[in-house]
Amino acid sequence: MNNQEKTARPVLEVSHLGIDFGGLTAVDDFNMKIGATEIAGLIGPNGAGKTTVFNLLTKVYQPVRGRILLDGKDIGNMNTIQVNRAGIARTFQNIRLFEKLSVGDNVKIGLHNSIQYGMWSGIFRLPKYWSEEKRIHEKTLELLSIFDMQDLADVTASSLPYGAQRRLEIVRALATEPKLLLLDEPAAGMNPSETAELMENIRKIRDQFQIAVLLIEHDMSLVMGICENIAVLNFGKIIAQGNPAQIQNNPQVIEAYLGKKKEGKP
Amino acid sequence: MKKLSKSARGSFINYGIVLVFFLIFQIMLSMGKLSSSFSGQLIPICTYVIMALSLNLVVGISGELSLGHAGFMSVGAFSGVIAAACMQNSVEASWIRLILAIVIGAAFAAVAGAVIGVPVLRLRGDYLAIVTLAFGEIIKNVLNCLYIGVDSHGLHISMKDANALGMEADGITIINGPMGALGIKKISTFASAVILILIVLFIIQNLVNSRSGRAIKSIRDNRIAAEACGINVMKYKMMAFVVSAAMAGAAGALYALNYSTVVPKKFDFNTSILILVFVVLGGIGNLRGSMIAAAVLTVLPEMLRQFQDYRMLVYAIVLILVMILTNNRKAKDMLGRMKAGIFGKIDHRRQTNE
Amino acid sequence: MVINMLNYLINGISLGSVYAIIALGYTMVYGIAKMLNFAHGDVIMVGGYISFCATSYLGWPVIPSVLLSIFVCTILGIMIERLAYKPLRMATSLAVLITAIGVSYFLQNAALLIWTSNPKAFPNMVTLPPLVIGELQISSVAMVTIIACIVIMVVLTLFTNKTKLGKAMRAVSEDKDAAQLMGINVDATISLTFAIGSGLAAIAGVLLCSAYPTLMPTTGAMPGIKAFTAAVFGGIGSIPGAMLGGILLGIIEIFGKAYISTQLSDAIVFSVLILILLVKPTGLLGKKINEKV
Repeated sequence: MNNQEKTARPVLEVSHLGIDFGGLTAVDDFNMKIGATEIAGLIGPNGAGKTTVFNLLTKVYQPVRGRILLDGKDIGNMNTIQVNRAGIARTFQNIRLFEKLSVGDNVKIGLHNSIQYGMWSGIFRLPKYWSEEKRIHEKTLELLSIFDMQDLADVTASSLPYGAQRRLEIVRALATEPKLLLLDEPAAGMNPSETAELMENIRKIRDQFQIAVLLIEHDMSLVMGICENIAVLNFGKIIAQGNPAQIQNNPQVIEAYLGKKKEGKP
Repeated sequence: MKKLSKSARGSFINYGIVLVFFLIFQIMLSMGKLSSSFSGQLIPICTYVIMALSLNLVVGISGELSLGHAGFMSVGAFSGVIAAACMQNSVEASWIRLILAIVIGAAFAAVAGAVIGVPVLRLRGDYLAIVTLAFGEIIKNVLNCLYIGVDSHGLHISMKDANALGMEADGITIINGPMGALGIKKISTFASAVILILIVLFIIQNLVNSRSGRAIKSIRDNRIAAEACGINVMKYKMMAFVVSAAMAGAAGALYALNYSTVVPKKFDFNTSILILVFVVLGGIGNLRGSMIAAAVLTVLPEMLRQFQDYRMLVYAIVLILVMILTNNRKAKDMLGRMKAGIFGKIDHRRQTNE
Repeated sequence: MVINMLNYLINGISLGSVYAIIALGYTMVYGIAKMLNFAHGDVIMVGGYISFCATSYLGWPVIPSVLLSIFVCTILGIMIERLAYKPLRMATSLAVLITAIGVSYFLQNAALLIWTSNPKAFPNMVTLPPLVIGELQISSVAMVTIIACIVIMVVLTLFTNKTKLGKAMRAVSEDKDAAQLMGINVDATISLTFAIGSGLAAIAGVLLCSAYPTLMPTTGAMPGIKAFTAAVFGGIGSIPGAMLGGILLGIIEIFGKAYISTQLSDAIVFSVLILILLVKPTGLLGKKINEKV
């Protein structure tokens, strides 16, 4: 099948990735392969280093060890900006929107590098300005319509409800036309029906844009429901990797992560 | 498209305000209704309006605290004065000389902005503030030691004293160290000052509502997210900083060419702070507020002349009180309640807060 | 030649000691209130005027007049904090900065009304003979300044590290909320910091005016900015950093004046600051702060 072939060719290949903070190893020997249209999950207890992995992939932190190949290209020497242009977009655990800007402008920042006019065209309102602004405004509404948010384009981002802010972050990341989308706890703070809807939408995004998704999530129903490949992180190291069924039955995982959760229940 | 028209409407209101301001004072001026001390204030008012607008681009739109904006003003002032003096005999029409002097002043200030921006904009927050302050002081200090003269051979520059210029007998000293620029021909006019405000407004407003402006604002709101969206943070910080410096330079040239002498000391830390006060009191990022605050606060000390020695003391107290009243939550709530009492409705801000 | 250099060095250390004492006030206040207290330089000026009035008009001896000046400035510091800064503790740093500038204007103009703009000749407070070592002559003012600086440094270090109040101060500057939860009176601690900083400013005022005996309402402004630079130079928020920054700044200024250019000395000082910050963006002894993502 065509889809399977595409999945087989990895968009991201990480090997032996690691970083230390002041002598403390935060992430060590992290290996992962993600297929071109795969939805992958990264789970683990709090403080396991999941967000640090995202920060390493997007070069918010510079890795001390290891190699990251994006679509076969080494992105080791790139900075955050270049990594985004190369094709990795992300959302943040603690939502980072451009709060004072409108919802539409937030998306337009994501589209920034696809807009074809410069400072002078903008100041003197040359024809290029009008045609490009019109084009990206339509594009913005189209992207917002993924989450049915096109009517909110003029609303200030900070006044959106929490769930909508998370969705806007995803739209903004998508606007940068990534090959790989990193979602840091996309369902945090959402109720079960919102989470179910989000699950559907993540699948829809993958199918529509033909991109890979890597997500960090604590909501096991979401992770087990849509991830085709899951990596479990504990104390900065991968302790298990596989499909949902394999992960659920892995004794190490149960001990490190799911086990604790069961203990908590009466 | 609704948003676009809303910001466009705001822009046109700003142009309108400037034009109405111009017409009122121009008519009063021609009817001889303005006192000489007040009419002398017209060009300085315009200059400070431009300074406040340009600083707002850095502080309000780009979100970086700059404490050395007067430095760029002085670079523009002195390069503009030199340019005007050099063209004194070659360019007949004074308005052409003025335009060229302003353009040259803006260009030199832009270069200074670019040179300073590269190191400064890598720093953040208070460190950035102190380094801009330091640069402002350096510019003032260097200009204090600068001697420039012109004769038939061209420009002569010295850092020692006026005698070291080694000019021919017909040479004229343009810049004389701490004494500043001397013998300036006054070529700035009220109309040209208003036109410059309109140009500056046009540039800032169109820049802010374009691709580049969005990028600049995104960095202010969240630098890390902007980087993650592939925004070249350094490029857009520089853009705001250099454009702002160029405008300050243009304002400086306009300002200097309104006086017969200008000293470097005029553009010190206190002037930078004064402009920052305009921006803060006018509302960070609010262009109209900056313009009004700059105009009112430039005129106000003149109006308070009858209070003589007390006026600056009063100014200081008012400044502190305004900051406390507009930034303290209890005071804000109290003001809101007072408003509610007067207008019989709940203050909008409180409503959204709770 | 060597004697000259040594003389310059001692002058530099002496001037730097004054900067260091002022910088301590900046750095402590910044550490605890995270604000640039631009009015600090003007507290120095008030300190100078108080001791000037006590000695010249009231005929007080040196020590009591200095003590009076410390007392007045301490009260002034606490009042400034309570009236102007405390209502703005939750406000943006820009709002606080403008308020501090308002306070600075207020002090300068109040001084202008009380003492007029005519420069006052500051009396010689230190009437000891100069110390002579061979060809080297060290003025008594320089000696006293350097000794005062060392004493202040030692006492402050002991205070912040050993005493309960000092530890409370460090706790508040690390994390205000956590300190409050630990039962530390945050308001009192912040007041204490302003009190200490302003008291030090009074001492600096007397020392500064003894070395450069003209007193005007704007006397504190430039030393204030320079000391602030020194605090940033050493890493703002760090007490040893303020000391180091102050003394280095003094030495650079005096050597710059002596060997490069008198007129350009300020430009030299500020250029060095910029160079340092380019290499070490948080100053010589400052901590690197990483933003959490």
